[in-house]
Amino acid sequence: MILKDIQKILEAEVIVGDDLLGEDITIACGCDLMSDVLSFFAPGSLLLTGLINPQVVRTAEMADLRAICFIRGKKPAQETIDLAEAKNIPLLTTPLSMFESCGRLHREGLSGYSEYMKKV
Amino acid sequence: MTPDNKISRIQELVYEIRIGEVMQKDVITINPQTNMSELRGILREKRISGAPVMDGDKMVGIISIEDFIKWLADRENDCPISEKMSKDVKTLYADEPLTHAVNKFERFGFGRFAVIDRQSRRLLGIITKGNIVEGLLKKLEIDHYKEEEVYCRRVEHFFEDILADKVVLLFQYDVAGHDFKRAGEGASRLKASLKRLGLDPQIVRRVAIATYEAEMNLVIYTEGGQIRARVEPHEIFVKVADSGPGIPDVQKVLRPGYSTAPEWIRNLGFGAGMGLNNILKCASKMDLRSEVGKGTQLYIRVDTKDGATSETN
Repeated sequence: MILKDIQKILEAEVIVGDDLLGEDITIACGCDLMSDVLSFFAPGSLLLTGLINPQVVRTAEMADLRAICFIRGKKPAQETIDLAEAKNIPLLTTPLSMFESCGRLHREGLSGYSEYMKKV
Repeated sequence: MTPDNKISRIQELVYEIRIGEVMQKDVITINPQTNMSELRGILREKRISGAPVMDGDKMVGIISIEDFIKWLADRENDCPISEKMSKDVKTLYADEPLTHAVNKFERFGFGRFAVIDRQSRRLLGIITKGNIVEGLLKKLEIDHYKEEEVYCRRVEHFFEDILADKVVLLFQYDVAGHDFKRAGEGASRLKASLKRLGLDPQIVRRVAIATYEAEMNLVIYTEGGQIRARVEPHEIFVKVADSGPGIPDVQKVLRPGYSTAPEWIRNLGFGAGMGLNNILKCASKMDLRSEVGKGTQLYIRVDTKDGATSETN
């Protein structure tokens, strides 16, 4: 599915990256531990997280993640937004909780890591 | 390209480009016996503002919309255009540089010039100010594409293009301790540089992740240090070094989950004792050496032929 679909499913607001909503997302991970995200080798994925510091964007940049969605309506500070803009990583924020966000996306057909590995 | 050198590029181009390159070759010509009353229809239909007047293959003049307006204003009787055309035709040679055309347009104030061959003096085409602008823009666009192509080629074939028995590139990034906001800049810049060298994205990602984790360790636990990356065609070797405080028990920190990170670092999503483990996973080979009071050196080797082997969980 594309990022635009995810935005609808999660009732999310786009913080930055309106022009990147056509990006294809094949897999997602929900995680608040950046080292776990870094060990999750799935380029082109969506990260759902409750953390909003700039290192979340850095982590996404290093691991080639395609987009980040903050949960529970969290909005990052300007420095995080600026970094995301510079690195072309779209940021979204959803009012839903982590559990609900993951549940909705999975129900709509977005894969997790193990399912994705079986496919490829 | 900055605006300044773009202007000088245009100045160069008006000397480089020949009139023959930008002129209109499919010229609409008019017979001298055509009546003035027919001229308006021809100009309108062909969407032109003037045309050379040809008697057989000999150019005898140029007729333009200005001549037509003058004829109308003077309320004269209908006559062949040969009576109203400008007979003193100013011409340009196809092999002259564009700057000659620019000068003539300025000097005579005409809307168009006939372009002829220097030897045969045969009509080859006509040139208007519009043709000049169009020609310059086209050339600038071609220049731009060529520049981009050359740039892409240059970096993608970087190693192949350098003639030496051994090629080694060294990058160094200085990391400040405890500056969490800027943490990761070194790894980010290294990643961008490796990408530009045209290395395999998977290899670049592995080096970037390993370097980033190591950089986070410098920021969290030390007063700062250096990241040095040595890039060779067969491997990327990253050395991350600091000057203290050093690790008392190296074996202990290699154990997954072992961490001495303060609470605030854990709250930011790091310090869970997984960093070195991640580095180990990304690296083809890793080595950690430390001495309390002196400092720590972490060596990360990523074999560029190693592909995805280490990248599977």
